[in-house]
This record gives sequence, structure tokens and C-alpha cells, in this order.
Amino acid sequence: MDNIAIELRGIDKSFGPVHANKNINLKVRKGTIHGIIGENGAGKSTLMSILYGFYQADSGEILVDGKPVAIRDPNAAIAAGIGMVHQHFMLVENFTVLENIMLGAEDSQILNKGIAKARVELKRLEREYALEVDPDAVIEELPVGLQQRVEILKALYRRADILILDEPTGVLTPAEADHLFRVLEQLKSQGKTVILITHKLREIMAITDEVSVMRRGEMVATRTTAETSVEELAELMVGRRVLLRVEKGEAKPGEVKLAVEGLTVKDGRGVTMVDNVSFNLRAGEIVGIAGVAGNGQSELLEAISGIRRAVSGSVLLNGKPIDVTGRADPSELRDRGLAHVPEDRHHVGLVLKFEECENAILGYHHDKRYLNGVFLDVDAIRKDAEKRIGEYDIRPPNPRLKTANFSGGNQQKIVLAREMERGPDVLIIGQPTRGVDVGAIEFIHKRIIEMRDQGKAVLLVSVELDEIRALSDRILVMFAGRVVGERDPDATEGELGLLMAGVEGRKEAAE
Amino acid sequence: MDFFHVIVVLLESTIRVSVPLIFAALAGLFTERAGVFDIGLEGKMLGAAFAAGAVAAVTQSVWMGLLAAILISIALSLVHGYASITQRGNQIVSGVAINFIVAGSTVILGEAWFRQGGRTPALGEGSRFQTITFPYADSVREIPILGPIYSDLLSGHFLLTYVAFAMVPISWWILYRTRFGLRLRAVGENPGAVDTAGISVLWLRYRAVICCGILCGFAGAYLSLAMTAGFVKGMTAGKGYIALAALIFAKWRPFNIMLACLLFGFLDALAIRLQGNPLPLIGQVPVQLMQALPYILTVILLAGFIGKAIPPKAGGVPYVKER
Repeated sequence: MDNIAIELRGIDKSFGPVHANKNINLKVRKGTIHGIIGENGAGKSTLMSILYGFYQADSGEILVDGKPVAIRDPNAAIAAGIGMVHQHFMLVENFTVLENIMLGAEDSQILNKGIAKARVELKRLEREYALEVDPDAVIEELPVGLQQRVEILKALYRRADILILDEPTGVLTPAEADHLFRVLEQLKSQGKTVILITHKLREIMAITDEVSVMRRGEMVATRTTAETSVEELAELMVGRRVLLRVEKGEAKPGEVKLAVEGLTVKDGRGVTMVDNVSFNLRAGEIVGIAGVAGNGQSELLEAISGIRRAVSGSVLLNGKPIDVTGRADPSELRDRGLAHVPEDRHHVGLVLKFEECENAILGYHHDKRYLNGVFLDVDAIRKDAEKRIGEYDIRPPNPRLKTANFSGGNQQKIVLAREMERGPDVLIIGQPTRGVDVGAIEFIHKRIIEMRDQGKAVLLVSVELDEIRALSDRILVMFAGRVVGERDPDATEGELGLLMAGVEGRKEAAE
Repeated sequence: MDFFHVIVVLLESTIRVSVPLIFAALAGLFTERAGVFDIGLEGKMLGAAFAAGAVAAVTQSVWMGLLAAILISIALSLVHGYASITQRGNQIVSGVAINFIVAGSTVILGEAWFRQGGRTPALGEGSRFQTITFPYADSVREIPILGPIYSDLLSGHFLLTYVAFAMVPISWWILYRTRFGLRLRAVGENPGAVDTAGISVLWLRYRAVICCGILCGFAGAYLSLAMTAGFVKGMTAGKGYIALAALIFAKWRPFNIMLACLLFGFLDALAIRLQGNPLPLIGQVPVQLMQALPYILTVILLAGFIGKAIPPKAGGVPYVKER
């Protein structure tokens, strides 16, 4: 039997009525990269917080190198050789790299001596693990990838042998994520043990040796990565078979619901973000807008939904003009049958401090069925929210819960439920599955296709090309504010990729 | 020469009125850098001044008076700490409550104990701070320029005055050159980083609050044991708030704090000096306007002249471990 770096036996933890971890058993072999995968809210982060001494388990035992240890606080975890890279970095932003690394491990009361020592040690770590970073740089001026590197260095500086990374790639660009994986491989080759928490199947397959799956607070399986598959892991995570690609029938496009003609939008600095864009959106079809983030898709959505003023152009909704260059406002458009699921649900779609039921009526709060004279009819609002929670399988099913306490997927369902349930003629959706877990993605995709099949016109913007190809009946590609091409959904990824990079488009536009 | 003399006198009184501001603003520096906002500087200073006056009057010892001032001020700080750190209450409400409690109870206790309308008995020579005269101060006074600067501006202040100015570099050194200071600044920016580094956020913040108490104690003792001989009700007269303004104006940095306090002190001294004297060109100015001058300038300076003052990021927010 190989060496076991960490073993958890019967870890159990509840927060009030929420049973976050149920009798968890886990063995992590020394010198491996061990993935822990599960949907948002499956209890991964809680488990790791227990391992790092942030919370105390209600019962159960932790063994490090075969010996039981009591981890009462992060100090004890550090002493046991456990280091953690948190999902939200635990860095002091206006401190230098060096100060952040030293914090809590300063050696002496007076800083000077410690600083010299820390510099030397940091240099050694940089060489050993190829983790270069300027020790005197201020954290807030570093890109996210480097900030994360500082977190890793912090753990190594405290002589961690076991490194826990909680959703490390959520904030990284693909290139930064690749670099992180190389660093993790390097750590592994030096004999460190890495625990990688994620909900992204691709990452698990790419880098881990073994993977454990959590579902609703339980550890449901451990697999050797090489012997499992994305499909099996997805099924274990969700607890049922998951369709990674939704099935849909032929579209039956009807009359034009939304006609965009020569729309041009500038941003606050006067830069043209949307440049003379025209297209039609018909009832019963999904038009996907593909493109690398920042090529005008966001501004296009905002202009059509009345959030941002256009410079010129016209938009017809159900044959009647929307005053996109003037006083079009979202509430008027909502009344005229245009619903909008914004890209940024945290800042635009929801008020995170509100209760679920309050967010469920946001923008529709003038609706007579929620009003009792000039007052809100709280009972009606809650009853309505409960109904919707059931239909959209929003968890936990509590309309009084603060929206911030829902997982990303469930928050997105709250927005979708609000916008879809009023039966709009035109539905505009931005990034429907950003930060959403696998099970919820499938649900959301199905709903979008249902909307189409009910004869609604759907405009979909996503930076996930797979999503665009899976859902759209027609694909428009945007580059530098212009629509540079229209393709069928069976266009190859390579073909669309060239358009998105602006290579093919220029020729086409010139012709 | 006469003009020069006026300047020296003006600067000398600037130093005198700046001392409690410097103590109080440095006190605020310690707690606010640790993420605990403290609008109760005023109350702590007043409580300390009362304790100092009362104890010094009874014991006839200036040192017992100072000790009492510091202890009372620490006790009030711990109340604020308990409310805002342990109980995670609203820090502004807690601070305001302390101000009110102290403003009322000092008068009640003073009247009950000494029956002098809320005052403490006037202190004699031995039970208050005396000014310190530097060596040869009298003999070099006649030397032009340097003489008066040495004899009148630098010499002849109270011990606490020199302590106040010494506290500026000392506070800087503690905050920027010691482990405690590094951790204290960190906990005011991101307590999560401190917690995950294995350091107790609560204990660290309590220590910061105690530092604040000590310094406010000095500020209060200066008012009743040095600047005047005994406690008078409401004798802080908004100095705690001015110190708070100086702290923000100084962007939470020790040396800036000293400069800001000296500036506010100068305005105050100027206002006293100009009372009753007609200004050239303008003529007679109402006393009230002169007295309001420091406050008006504070508002103007704070509103437009210092750029953006960025407070410690975790300031005012009680620490709760995230789920």
C-alpha cells in the first residue's frame, strides 16, 4: 500500500439545519494530485475548511501521515504541513508580496531580521518551483495569476507538504490556468501532495491522478482518473445521467420578432463597441452570438434591452420601433414582451442582499398580482416564489433565504425563472451558464430550447463556443463590434474560431 | 522683531493646543488601521480627563492621575471593543454611545463627589504637570532668531507635550517595523488573510483597541493635568472629532497626522489670537466667526484639497468567518 498523506475518517459537519458533510471518508496518497469534484454546494469547500482548521468537524478524525491530528485552527493545519490556496485570495492588497508571505510567519517581533530571511527563502522557493514573482511588488498591481502564485508561495513558505487549492481556475484565463497546472505538476514531482477542488470536469481529467466525487454532502466515489470518463464523473456528481449535449428538434422559425438595423453603440470613452450591426430574430428560433469576450456582444445586449443608449440604428420589436437612441427603458420593453437575462447576474440581474422572493419579482413588482393597493402583497409574492422554486428546482427551496447564499447555478435559475415565466415574445440571454455547475447547465439549456419550441424568439450571447453550437439555430460571429459572419450550428469549431479571431471575416466583409 | 515675536507666540500656542489632537489622532490610527472605526475618541478623552482630574485631586499625585486616565480610557476602549469586535455591533453606534455616557456621567460623578458644578477641585503645584525648562533657556533668549526658538518654542512645555511628539515616530515604527504593526495593518485590510495565517483576528483587534485607550488616556490627562489645573465639564470641546478629521485628512499615516494636527492647532491658535483684534482691510471680525474658522477650514480641506482618502478596507466591518 502506498503512503497516505491525509486520511479523513467519518467527518461530519452541520451548520444549523444544513448537513454540509455527512460521514466523509477520504484517503489522499502522498505525491499525487487528488481531485475533489462536486457541484456547487456539495460540501467540498466545507470539507477543506475543516481540514485547514477554519471550522471544527462535529465528529470524525483527521490523520496526517498516518497519525491522528487535532486541527483546531489554521495554525495547527500549518504545523501539520497543510497549506491552502483559497478561492477568494487571502491577501492584503496594499501590502507587498513579501509582506503577504511573511504575515503570520515573521520569526521575530522586529520585522527587519525576518525580512532579510524571508527574501532568501523566497528566492530559493522561486528557483525550486519556477514561481517567479517580484517580492516588492504590491499585490493590487499584480494580475490575478500572479496573485495566486503568491498564495501558493505563502503555503510553501510555511513548509506545506500538502497543498489544497479551492477552485483555483475560476478567476484565471485559459493561459494562466495552463501555467498553474504546470506548477502543480512541478510540485508533484517534488513530492508534494496536491488536493484540487473544482467543479470543472475538464481540469480533473487533465491533471489529477485520482478523483473523489462529492454530492450533497456525501463522498460518493473515488476513481483513478485514467480509468474513468467525463460522462461517469458527471453522472456521479449529479446523481443521474447527464446529457452533456442537449437534444433538440428542428427549428420552425416564424415571423420576425426583433429586427435590428444598423445599430451602432459607443462606450463611455467614445470608442465604437457595436458597429452597424443588423440582423433579424424570428419566433421559434435561437440565434447565437459568438465571439471572444469584449467584441461588442455585451454592448449589443445592453442597447437592445434599453440599458445602454445607442448612437444610431433602429430596432423593431414585434414590428414596432424601440427608441434605442433615446428613451427606451427596460421596464417599458418588459411590458412590450422583451425579457432580458443579463450577463452579470451579481450586479445587474440580482440584488444579492435581497431575499429570494424579492429578487423573483424584481422589475415585475408593479404587477397587480403582487400588489395590495400601494403595498406589496407579501403572501402572494412568497407563494409565487415557492411555485417557481419548485418548477425550476431551485435549491435550497426557501424563498426567504438571502440570495447571496444560493450557489451560482441556483442564482441563475432565479433570474431565468423571473424572466421566462412571464411568457415574453423575445428573450435575450447573456452568458446563461457562466459559473454554473454541470447539472444546472443541462437544466438551463433544456429550458432555453423549450422556450424556442413554444415559439419564443431567443437571442443568446455566450463566450462558450460549445454552448453556442449546442443551442443555436443560427450563429452570428462578432468581431470588433461588427457581425463578421453567419453560420449554421454545424459549422466546425475551427471555422468559427477563425471568424472570432477576425481572420476570415475581413475578407467576407470586403466582398 | 515684533512680528517675529508674534509668530513665536503663535507657534508656541499651536504646539500647546495640538498635543491632545496628536494623542487622540494617533489613538484613532491604531484602532482604525486594525479595522475598528472609533468615533468615541472624544468620549474616551473626556473620561480620561475627568479621571485624571479627580484622582490627582484626591491623591495629590499627578502620576496617579495619569494612571487613572489611562485605565479609564482603556476600560472605555474595551467596552467599544466588546460591542464592535466580540458582539459585532455597529461601531459608530457604540462610539456615539460612549461619547454620550461619558459626557453625562462625568458631570454627575463630579457633582456628587466634589460639589463644584461638575468641576474637579483646582490642582496645586504638586498634583499637576509642570513645564520643563531646557538648560540655559533663560541665558540664550537674547540671541536673535535662534534664542527665542530655543527658549520659547522648544523649551518650556509639559512632559506630555514631548511625549506626544515622540509618539509620532514611535507609532510609525510600531506600525511599519514590528510584527505587531504588520499584523495590525493586515487585519484592517483583510482579516481573512490574518485568520488563515493562523493569527487570532479578535485578539489582535483587542490589542489595537487597548493601544487606542492608552493614547486617549494621555490626551485626556494632558487636558486636565497640564493644559489646565483640573477637570471642567465638556472640556474636550470636540477635540476628539477634530482628531478624527485630522486622521482622515492625514490618510491614516503617522507623520501626516502630526502635520494635520499642527495645522488644526495653528488655526485654533490663530483664532484665539485674532479675537478682538481688527484684521487689516477687513476690520473687526465677530469672535464667533474666528472660533468657527478651524471647523470651516476643516470642511473645506476635507472636501477638496486632500484627494481621495482611502480608509482601511475592512474598516467598520466586524469579522465573520465566511461559510
